[in-house]
Amino acid sequence: MLTTLCLLLAALLLLVLPAALGLVRLLRLGGALVMAGLAVLAVLALLAPSAAVMALPLGPPWAAALVALDPLSAWFLLLLGLTGAFAALLINPGPRHDMVCFPLFLFGMALCITAADGFSLLLGFEAMSLASWAILHERRAARLYLIFAIFGGGCLMAAMGLLAAGAGSLGFAALRAAPPEGFAALAVLLLVTLGAGAKAGLAPLHLWLPLAHPAAPAHVSALMSAVMVKVALYVILRMVFDLCGPAQASFWGMPLLLMGAASALLGALRANLENDTKAILACSTIENVGMIAAGLGLALMFRGADMAVPAALALAGALLHVMNHGLFKCLLFLGVGVVLEQAGQRRLDALGGLLHNMPVLGWAMLVGALSAAAVPPLSGFASEWLLLHALLGAWRTGDALFQFAALVALAMVAMAVALGAAAMLRLWGLVFLGRPRSPRVAGAEDISGLGCVALLLPAALSLLLGAFPALALGLMQPVLAQWLGPAVAMPGGVLGLSAGDAGARYMVLPAILLLGVLALVLWRGAQWRGGGGATRAPAWDCGFIAPPVHLPFGNAATQPSGEGFAQPISRMLAGPLMAARENVVVPPPGSMASAEYIASSADPTWRALTTLRAARHAMSNRVDRFRALSVRHALGLLFATLVLLLAVLAGLERP
Amino acid sequence: MMLGLAAIVTQLMHLALVLAMAPVLVGLVRLVKARLMGRRGPALLQPWRDLAKLLRKRPVLADGATEISRAAPYVACAATLFAAVLVPGFAQGMLLAPLADLLLLAGLLALARVALALAGMDVGTAFGGMGAARELSFSAFAEPVLLLCILVLAMIAGTTNLDAMIVAFREGGVGLRVSLALIAVALLAVGLVENARMPADNPATHLELTMVHEAMILEASGRHLALWELQAALKLLVWMALLSAVFMPWGMAPAGAGPLAWLLGLVAWLGKITALAVALAVFESAIAKMRVFRIPEFLGVALLLAALAVALLFVSTGLA
Repeated sequence: MLTTLCLLLAALLLLVLPAALGLVRLLRLGGALVMAGLAVLAVLALLAPSAAVMALPLGPPWAAALVALDPLSAWFLLLLGLTGAFAALLINPGPRHDMVCFPLFLFGMALCITAADGFSLLLGFEAMSLASWAILHERRAARLYLIFAIFGGGCLMAAMGLLAAGAGSLGFAALRAAPPEGFAALAVLLLVTLGAGAKAGLAPLHLWLPLAHPAAPAHVSALMSAVMVKVALYVILRMVFDLCGPAQASFWGMPLLLMGAASALLGALRANLENDTKAILACSTIENVGMIAAGLGLALMFRGADMAVPAALALAGALLHVMNHGLFKCLLFLGVGVVLEQAGQRRLDALGGLLHNMPVLGWAMLVGALSAAAVPPLSGFASEWLLLHALLGAWRTGDALFQFAALVALAMVAMAVALGAAAMLRLWGLVFLGRPRSPRVAGAEDISGLGCVALLLPAALSLLLGAFPALALGLMQPVLAQWLGPAVAMPGGVLGLSAGDAGARYMVLPAILLLGVLALVLWRGAQWRGGGGATRAPAWDCGFIAPPVHLPFGNAATQPSGEGFAQPISRMLAGPLMAARENVVVPPPGSMASAEYIASSADPTWRALTTLRAARHAMSNRVDRFRALSVRHALGLLFATLVLLLAVLAGLERP
Repeated sequence: MMLGLAAIVTQLMHLALVLAMAPVLVGLVRLVKARLMGRRGPALLQPWRDLAKLLRKRPVLADGATEISRAAPYVACAATLFAAVLVPGFAQGMLLAPLADLLLLAGLLALARVALALAGMDVGTAFGGMGAARELSFSAFAEPVLLLCILVLAMIAGTTNLDAMIVAFREGGVGLRVSLALIAVALLAVGLVENARMPADNPATHLELTMVHEAMILEASGRHLALWELQAALKLLVWMALLSAVFMPWGMAPAGAGPLAWLLGLVAWLGKITALAVALAVFESAIAKMRVFRIPEFLGVALLLAALAVALLFVSTGLA
C-alpha cells in the first residue's frame, strides 16, 4: 500500500511535465485520476489500519525520508484526494507557472499529510506554502501571504527542533518515544499553535486569508480553503496530539478552544460584511476552521481530564467537520469560479437571478450553501451537532476555568453558527435569486460536461454525508481509536448520531423521512380546497410600477444590495469589533445626482497592526532626532553613557 | 406492546391536535387583544376561515419567481410541524420522543427560518430582502441565548432530550431554581423575537418599513400564503408548548398512561396554552414596538440573564 502511495506521489510530481508543456487536458485528467487514486488508497487505509512506515531511498543527508499512512493521515488524505480530484477537473488554462505550481501544491499537501518524519513533514508544508504563493495573482495579497507563511514555517521548525532535541532523531516513532516535558512541552504547544494557526487562519493570525484565497484561480482557492487550512490543522493534530504524547494536562486545549471560538465569530461576522463572493467564502472558511479548532481544543481538554467519551465526541465532530467543510467549500468555490467565468463578475452587487440561467449550478450550490448554513438534514448540521454537544458537555470537566471558557466559547460558536447561516443565505440569495443586476449576467450559461461532474459529485457527497453521517464516523473509528484507546465508543449508529453517555440523539434517517412525509401531507392538504395551478403576474413589490422598457430586468438599485443586506448585522454587531461605519452622502437640494451609501469596516487585527506600524514610525522619528545633535551634545551623551555604565559596573562589583 | 400502541396513538392525536389548535391559538390572541382594546374582535375560528379561503384561491407567482417560492412554504411548514410534533403536549412518551433533541428542535426552526428568508429574497423585491436581512440578524442574537438556555436545562436534567428532561423535572425533584427562572425570562424574550411578536415586530402592521416577518411573505398568495400563516401559527404553538412543557410540566400524562390520564393532560395543556396566550395578548397590548436596532439590547439582556443562569449553576454545582 505504501509503495502505491509513493508511486502516486511520484506521479503527482510527473504531472509537472504536461503542465509545463501546456497540455491542460492531460493535466486535468491525470490530476483527477491521481487524486482519486489517493482517495481510494485512503479509504483502504482506513478500512485496514496499519502503522507500517516505509523508508524512501532519498531524503536529507542524515536520514532517509519516511512515509506512513496511519488512520489520521488517511482521513486527511481522503479529503485531499476527493477535493483535489474535483478541483483538478476544473483547471482552466492559465499562465505557465500557475499550471506548473498546481501539481507541486498538491504534492506538498500530500507529502505533509503522509510524512512520518519531521523533515518531510516540514518539507511538504513549505512546498505547499510556496507553490500556492506562486499562484496568487495579487501582489499585496501574495506579500502578506508570504510573510504569514514564513512566520508559520519558522514557528513549526522551531517546534520540531525542540521535539527532536529530546529524541535525537526526526522520525515520528523516535519523537513519540521521547515526549517533551515541562517548559519545552509548553513551548512546543505555543509554537505549533502559532505556526500552524497562522496557516489555518485562526484569529488573530487570519489576516492573509480573506485576501489570499480570492486572489488565486478558482480551483486553487477551492483547494486552499478546503484542504490547505486543514493540512495546518493536521499538523496541529500530529504535533500536539500525537508527538507530544498522551499525558498532557487539560489546559492544553485552552488556546485552541478560545482562538477557535474567536475565529468562528470573527470569520462569520466578516463573511456578512464582504461584498466579494470569494472573500465571503474565505471568511466562512475562517469561521469553520475556528469551529474545528474549538472541537480539537475540547478534545484535548477532555483527554487531559481522562474523559474518553466526550473527547471522542469532540474529536469526531471536529474530524467530521473537516470532511464536510472540505466538500461543501470546494463545491462553493468551484461554483463561484464558474459564475465568475460565465457572468464575468465576482461582486454580489453585479450578479443576481442566476438560478434562471444556471439551474444545475444553482441547485448544486444551494446544497453547499445550506450545508454551510448548518441546516438539518444537510451535512454541516451533523458535524456541528456533534461539536455543539461536545461544548454543552464541557462543564463536566469540573474545573471552573474550563467551565467559563466553554460557556464563552458556546455563546460565541452559537452566534457564529447563526451568522454563518446568514452569510451563506446572503451569498446564495443575492447571486442566484432576484433579477440580474447587469446585462452580462443574463447571458450566463449553465455548467455541462466536466463541470457537472466536478460540481454535482461534491453536492451528492454532501447530501450523502448529511443523511448518513454514521458512514463517515465508521471510517473515522480507527482515528479515534488511535488517540483515545481501542475501546472508545463511536458517537453514532445506523440511524444517526448519539452524543456520548448523555443520551442525546440525532436520528437522521427518521428525521429526513418524517420531514418528507410531513411535506407530502401538507402538499396534499393544500390541494384540499382545489386552489388550482399557480399563475404569473408582475411582482407586487408593495405597489411599485413595472420597470421601463430600457431596463428589461428592472432597476437593479431597487433590489437589496450586498451592503444593504449586510446593514442590520453591520449596525447591530460590527460597530465596535469591526469598526463598521456607514456614510450616506445626500446631494444638495436641486441636484440630480444620486445619493450614495458607503459602508466600511476594518478587521481588528489589521487595526492593531496599523497601530503597531504607527508606533514604530513614531519611535524611529524620535530616534532620528539623535542624528541631528551637535558635536557638543553627542560628546556629552557619550560621556554620560560612559559614566552610567561605569556606575552600573561599580554597583555590580560591590561585594 | 401496550406502551408502543399508546405511543403511536398519542403521537397521532398530538399531530392532529397541534394542526387544529395552532390557528385557534392565533385567533385567541387576536380576540383577547381586541377585547383589551375595547373592540369586539374577530371570532375564535377566524384564522381557520381565512386559511380555508386562501386555500380556495389560486396562488399568483411574481414574474421572476423561481421554484424557491413554490417549495419554501412546504419546507418551512413541514419543518415547523415537525418541531411541533416533537414537543410533548398532553402526554409524554410519544412515538417520536427519542427524536426530541433540543438541538434538533433548534435546527428545525432554523430550517424554517432559512426557507422563509429564501422565499423573501426570491423575487428580488426591496422589502423581501430587507425582511430577510433583519430576520437573519435577529437570529444571530437569538441563537446564543437559546444555546445557553439549552445548556442550563441540560445541566439540570442531565440530558438534552425533551421528553427525558420533562421526566427528570417532574420526578427528579428539581424544585425551584434561580437559574430556571432566569432562563425562563430569557426564553420568553427569544420566543417573542422568533415569533415576530410585539416588542420586535408588529404582527398586525401594514407599514412595510417596520415589517420583518410580514415583509418576507409580501409576494405570497393563495395556498402559499395559507401555508405561511399556518407556519407562523405553528411556530407560536411550538414556543408556547415548549415553555409550558419545560417550566410547567404538571398534569401531563406519563408514558403508557390510559385515556383518562390523556384527557386530564389535555385539559391541563389547553389551560396552560390559554394562559400563555392571554399573557401574550396582555403583554403585547401593554408594550410598544421597539426600533429594529434596539432588538440587540433586548436580546442582549436575555443573553446576560442566560449567562448569569449558567454561571450560577456552575457555582452551585461547584459548591455541592
